[in-house]
Amino acid sequence: MPPWSGPLTQSPGSAPPDDCLARNDWICGEYLTTRRHILLDAVVQHLQLTALAVLIALVLAVPLAVVARRWSLASGPVLALTTILYTIPSLAMFSLLLPAYGLSASLVVAGLVLYSLTLLVRNILAGLRAVPEDTRQAARGMGYGPVRLLLTVELPLALPAAMAGLRIAMVSAVSLVTVGAIVGYGGLGNLIYAGMNTFFKAQVLTASVLCVVIAVAADLLLLGVQRILTPWTRASHA
Amino acid sequence: MKTLTDAWDWLADASHWSGDDGIWHRLAQHLVLTVVCLVISCLIALPVALVLGHLGKGGALAVNISNVGRAVPTFAVLVLLLLTPLGKLGEGPTVVALVLFAVPPLLTNAYVGMRGVDRDIVQAARGMGMTGRQMLFQVEVPLALPMIMNGVRIAAVQLVATATIAALAGGGGLGRIITAGFNLASTPQVVAGAVLVAVFALLVEGAFELAERFAPALARGRA
Repeated sequence: MPPWSGPLTQSPGSAPPDDCLARNDWICGEYLTTRRHILLDAVVQHLQLTALAVLIALVLAVPLAVVARRWSLASGPVLALTTILYTIPSLAMFSLLLPAYGLSASLVVAGLVLYSLTLLVRNILAGLRAVPEDTRQAARGMGYGPVRLLLTVELPLALPAAMAGLRIAMVSAVSLVTVGAIVGYGGLGNLIYAGMNTFFKAQVLTASVLCVVIAVAADLLLLGVQRILTPWTRASHA
Repeated sequence: MKTLTDAWDWLADASHWSGDDGIWHRLAQHLVLTVVCLVISCLIALPVALVLGHLGKGGALAVNISNVGRAVPTFAVLVLLLLTPLGKLGEGPTVVALVLFAVPPLLTNAYVGMRGVDRDIVQAARGMGMTGRQMLFQVEVPLALPMIMNGVRIAAVQLVATATIAALAGGGGLGRIITAGFNLASTPQVVAGAVLVAVFALLVEGAFELAERFAPALARGRA
């Protein structure tokens, strides 16, 4: 019995039903209804891994970028290190972290954090550097201390560039999670990997399409957040 | 630390370097795959980008293709192609998937570079009576060369990285050492393979860095 026509579709003793699962079609409604829970679990794992990784990367990236902005000596090493990390292929990155984390979800999250970190640090730093000196001088003249200047002037003005980086990091992370299938924590990648080994076409196509849907949805969500957080950029267009 | 010394021992073992599963063979496969795909991608993407850039049309398309490319997992495309009739053609699916992923950065960078050429210079060239073809090859392409080369560099590094994922789908290349290590539950082999892949990727990045540094001034955009 081929693996894709599982016990859910066949009753013992009867002829195999002629449905799209038995025919191993690419598009199969039957697959969606019978494997709904497997798909849902994979989507949840995919979202958890992506969100956790991008969140940790964001928490690490903001102070790194601020430090690199304040002390120009630090910016060279920070940028060089993050560029080197980004050059390492994802499969190698997950494998290099294997001794430290073992076959766990943390392994995938750690690998994704390192990737997202590069994009975020670069973009936040570019945003901070683009804040006009006049603006900073004006804020200082109004009696703003360094902390208040950073929190209420510099970081908000760096938001558009930072959000652009966050969107790229998020979309890349959604697609990179699939490689985590090599250690069994790849979200929808697990289904693609298993489907490849059993030639289960409906599963591979459904999981792939869901990956893209998640990436696009995450991108639109961040775009919405950006519009809410930066109302001043909209006023200039009106 | 024990894993690192074990990985070093794995690399030092001469028997791991020879044969069809050996490091040299995998490295050669990886290199050939990367170069072939880079050449095909350039042949597809650059003419399109140069013509679109020269005409000043289709910019939104070029940039959007690049953004969509990021959202589609390479691994998923590889497996999808593997399950089509194309999958019977050995490295066919790998080459197609890799080309699909190298085209967007090439297209976007070349297009943006072409549009970034100072319009006054293009007007001057037209005023001197240059034909469209002359303007393209003697003015626009030379001035856009740094951006075009930047795209080639991004594509090359991305290809090295993506060729690794091909191993997950049974393709050749250095990634196979890692996947074989996972199948054998041999952490030293996995780490040794990962180090090899990482070093190779960094070498390619470094080679482009050097090429850029020693290129003629024009190609560096400092002319």
